[in-house]
Amino acid sequence: MGELDLSFFSYDIISKFVLKGLYFSTELTIGSTIGGVILGTVLALMRLSGTKTLSWIAVIYVNGMRSIPLVMVILWFFLLMPTLIGHSIGAETSAFITFIAFEAAFFSEIMRAGIQSISKGQVMAAQALGMTYAQNMQLVVLPQAFRNMLPVLMTQTIVLFQDTSLVYAIGAYDLLKGFVTAGKIYGRPEEAYLLATVVYFVICFSLSSWVKRLQAKISIIR
Amino acid sequence: MTWEWQVFLSDDGSGRTYFEWIIQAWGWTLGVAACAWVIAISIGFMVGTLRTATKYPVVVTLGNAWVEVFRNIPILVQVFLWYFVLPRVFTSMQQWPGFVLVVIALGFFTSSRIAEQVKAGINALPKGQGMAALAMGLTPLQSYRYVILPMALRIILPPLTSESMNLLKNSSVAFAVSIPELTMFAMQAQEETSRGIEIYLAVTLLYALSAFLVNRLMAALERHLQIPGAIPSISGGH
Repeated sequence: MGELDLSFFSYDIISKFVLKGLYFSTELTIGSTIGGVILGTVLALMRLSGTKTLSWIAVIYVNGMRSIPLVMVILWFFLLMPTLIGHSIGAETSAFITFIAFEAAFFSEIMRAGIQSISKGQVMAAQALGMTYAQNMQLVVLPQAFRNMLPVLMTQTIVLFQDTSLVYAIGAYDLLKGFVTAGKIYGRPEEAYLLATVVYFVICFSLSSWVKRLQAKISIIR
Repeated sequence: MTWEWQVFLSDDGSGRTYFEWIIQAWGWTLGVAACAWVIAISIGFMVGTLRTATKYPVVVTLGNAWVEVFRNIPILVQVFLWYFVLPRVFTSMQQWPGFVLVVIALGFFTSSRIAEQVKAGINALPKGQGMAALAMGLTPLQSYRYVILPMALRIILPPLTSESMNLLKNSSVAFAVSIPELTMFAMQAQEETSRGIEIYLAVTLLYALSAFLVNRLMAALERHLQIPGAIPSISGGH
């Protein structure tokens, strides 16, 4: 049996390598959740709009994104972005745009289910009160849809956090990369992977336990 | 911009064309996904079933622990764990080919998701089903084998379809440990030929085609297993 030596791990490593990565992973998760939910809601509204062209665009976008691996989407954006906007952007910026575009497809399916969970009577009542489509969505449908879907949205956010590790493919500096870099510099790559595993598990497990409790709370209120 | 699809006919420097290479890479992707699928389904059904054995709290706890561990670590990190860390600790694993280690990583990761579906499927059945089986004199094992699991399988086929498609897509992380599958091909061929768009398009199409194939295979399975009138017909995928 081989031995692992974890003694190299110190506060120095945390502050020099890990925190920077954790900061970027968190930023990417929060940023693309917000961006993804907004773009996803627009896609869901397009799909449910009843206008054929709009709904087709949304269907093709969502199903297209969902049928290719995230790693390929990350590579695509990293390849195309410089040609599209004329100058090269860093791996980090590219990751942000990719994750918003990719996760929007998944958030849109969640928001669609949320919007469809609102009873027709609600929409009709709002119309009867003289609300416009925008008012109806903004004041009646979307707030309820959002609340109904909150646990699912949270679960998707945890999945998103796990997915951020895939920016490894383009070399962006995330939490995983922080550990990998530290492991390389200190000559302890295996130990660094092990520590990364533990840290990711602790974060994701705590978050998902919290979502579970939240879910139980919400279901009591109803 | 002009297309240069003839890039696929050019030699990659080792006597094969990029076309031959991408087909081989596709084979690796399908191979990794198929082997991992077998592991994921076997373990997923076993763990999912054990989690419903409420008479044995220890078994339930172990099953829950399995699901939490493999669900809460990113798949890429799990691949690194199997490929780098475990062979360091258990030196006999150093002889195992990378393919096997990646298949185990993907299989275990997906098994936790399938176990969750299996448990939900079993719990969705009316309690009377299992009780009736016991009342007819079946042992608990027989009641699972002949009554509960066949019913649960049919309920969970739609989520199982999307999990299978997810597994195929997740197989792309194998690039990180140099398995010569489609994503690895995409990265290397893009660098060698600088015809990134043609290369990526071909790879993306093959992934989409594979996901579609998985979808159709599962839909065929669903039709094959359907019991007329037993469950309202469910269409697979999307």
